[in-house]
Amino acid sequence: MEKRILFKYIDDPNQIHIDTYIAHGGYKAWEKTLKTMQPAQVIDEVKKSGLRGRGGAGFPAGMKWNFVPKDSPKPRYLICNADESEPGTCKDRVLMEQDPHGVVEGMAIAAYAIGSHLAFCYVRGEFVKPAALMEQAVKEAYDKKMLGKNIFGTGYDLNMVVHTGGGAYICGEETALLNSLEGERGMSRIRPPFPAVEGLYACPTVVNNVETLAAVPHIINNGGEWYASMGTEKSKGTKIFSLSGHVKKPGNYEVEMGTPLSYLISELGGGPLDGHKIKAIIPGGSSTPFLLPSQIDAPLDYESIAAAGSMLGSGAVIVMDERTCMVWVIERLIHFYRHESCGKCTPCREGTGWLEQLISRIERGEGKPGDLEKIDSICDNILGRTICPLGDAAVMPIQSALKLFRDEFQYHIDHKKCLVKSEFEFK
Amino acid sequence: MILNKISIAEIKERMVKYPRRKSVILPALTVAYRQVGHLSDQIYREISDIIEVPYIEVAEAASFYTMFPKEPVGKYLIQVCHNISCALLGADSLVGYLEEKLGIKKGETTPDNLFTLISVECLGSCASAPMMQINDKYYENLTREKVDRILEELRRQG
Ligand SMILES: Cc1cc2nc3c(=O)[nH]c(=O)nc-3n(C[C@H](O)[C@H](O)[C@H](O)COP(=O)(O)O)c2cc1C
Ligand code: FES
Repeated sequence: MEKRILFKYIDDPNQIHIDTYIAHGGYKAWEKTLKTMQPAQVIDEVKKSGLRGRGGAGFPAGMKWNFVPKDSPKPRYLICNADESEPGTCKDRVLMEQDPHGVVEGMAIAAYAIGSHLAFCYVRGEFVKPAALMEQAVKEAYDKKMLGKNIFGTGYDLNMVVHTGGGAYICGEETALLNSLEGERGMSRIRPPFPAVEGLYACPTVVNNVETLAAVPHIINNGGEWYASMGTEKSKGTKIFSLSGHVKKPGNYEVEMGTPLSYLISELGGGPLDGHKIKAIIPGGSSTPFLLPSQIDAPLDYESIAAAGSMLGSGAVIVMDERTCMVWVIERLIHFYRHESCGKCTPCREGTGWLEQLISRIERGEGKPGDLEKIDSICDNILGRTICPLGDAAVMPIQSALKLFRDEFQYHIDHKKCLVKSEFEFK
Repeated sequence: MILNKISIAEIKERMVKYPRRKSVILPALTVAYRQVGHLSDQIYREISDIIEVPYIEVAEAASFYTMFPKEPVGKYLIQVCHNISCALLGADSLVGYLEEKLGIKKGETTPDNLFTLISVECLGSCASAPMMQINDKYYENLTREKVDRILEELRRQG
């Protein structure tokens, strides 16, 4: 069953307007927060909820907010990460396009919790419409005095800026995002210091994903315990899954954490395309290892997907049926990671280039004996040795494909052609 | 001057929102791109003057972001997503179909300067594949019939 919390009003075209949003109970949580809660109480409530970051890493949100030094004299910043560029992921865009005030309200509450008076929403450059809708929502919130000076007469000030990026995947990585927002090239930073201590303009900064922040008003309205009553022991609440690829009804579906993958694919997604069998599933965005059809009953929560050998990541489920050549898939992906590597550290910059060359030549039928071992070795030398996790993101699907579908790669090298040729025609 | 009054006003409006001027580089590049359709050295110099940040810093940032074309492109920049979710539903054949309809290869511009065709990485529309972006707008769940209609409409608008 779908469990629509963040998506409750997602089909209402008027939800983008502040009056409708308020009529649906919007900005009540913001008012309650400012009028009745101390920042520490907000953090406690979010901790109690068990809410974990929806941007990919699954880090507990309340704990992250708590890392912001209480005694720092510097300004603090709250950033909503709306760079959404991990292939397969398309949920934040829907939230911003259909319920932008939900994101604004979540940002406002999070900003208050960490003592911030300036919050940014960093939207990927191609998202012209979502950015415009966010901009409009922010303006409406200012007009209704939900943002700006002395909000609800409490003396609390908060400004909000919608910032658009330049279409770089790496700028979704939080430290690269900070550099990009400062007007630098979007290159990642070495951690520590972590953004919570030294982030934007070297000031304490919290970066959270759109979906993470959009859950916050619901937690404030209904309580952390209510949120924690949904999901599994360690993965609480609901999550939006972007289902794409070879299924009848692709789309964004909000379900309780722990819902079986098979339910998402077969019931909500209508199952595989007619007459085809599923070959592989990416469960959490293009950076996560493949699952096999035999694992289709895995519950969609952080722990279970990890136990199945992959990661829940951003919750982007990509289904591939038996017509799919895995060498072709991996070539697509490594081309992407090579293009998106920021070029700052050598293993990622050079390694992704070498991987692309090797994999492309195998795909072209020009692979040589020993190529697979070379790929193994380059992967080993990237994994865990880069400044940010983009290197790992590039390597994980490759290692997984070489483990699960090595025969197919070998076949390409031996026979100079595909075992199955991916020739997909659009309608 | 390449940047018009509206663009300059927009950039200046942005400046008051940020604690540091350098942060306005990317928004300013975006404003310029929306007005002109591509970026150039002259634009970096103008932005540098408006926001009072050294030219080299503007140029450096611009060089990093491939979303902004650095050469003139056709009036309609067609960007087809070729990443995995779209590829699984025929993005390559979509590119092929557009090449055929427009009479150009990927990376080229039609002789009348109306269309430029390129393919790009995931645009965050994976559950509505295959898809393309033309200038600011997303076109999703594409079929041959839809593509025909879209091109016809754009040709009519000229
Ligand atoms: C290469 C790369 C790209 C990323 N892209 C995004 C993104 O587009 N959106 C996002 O929210 N997080 C992205 N992340 C994760 C962020 O670094 C960060 O963990 C996240 O924004 C924190 O928010 P959360 O705790 O609410 O998930 C990316 C990470 C990496 C390594
Ligand atoms: S893969 Fe095409 S939009 Fe994401």
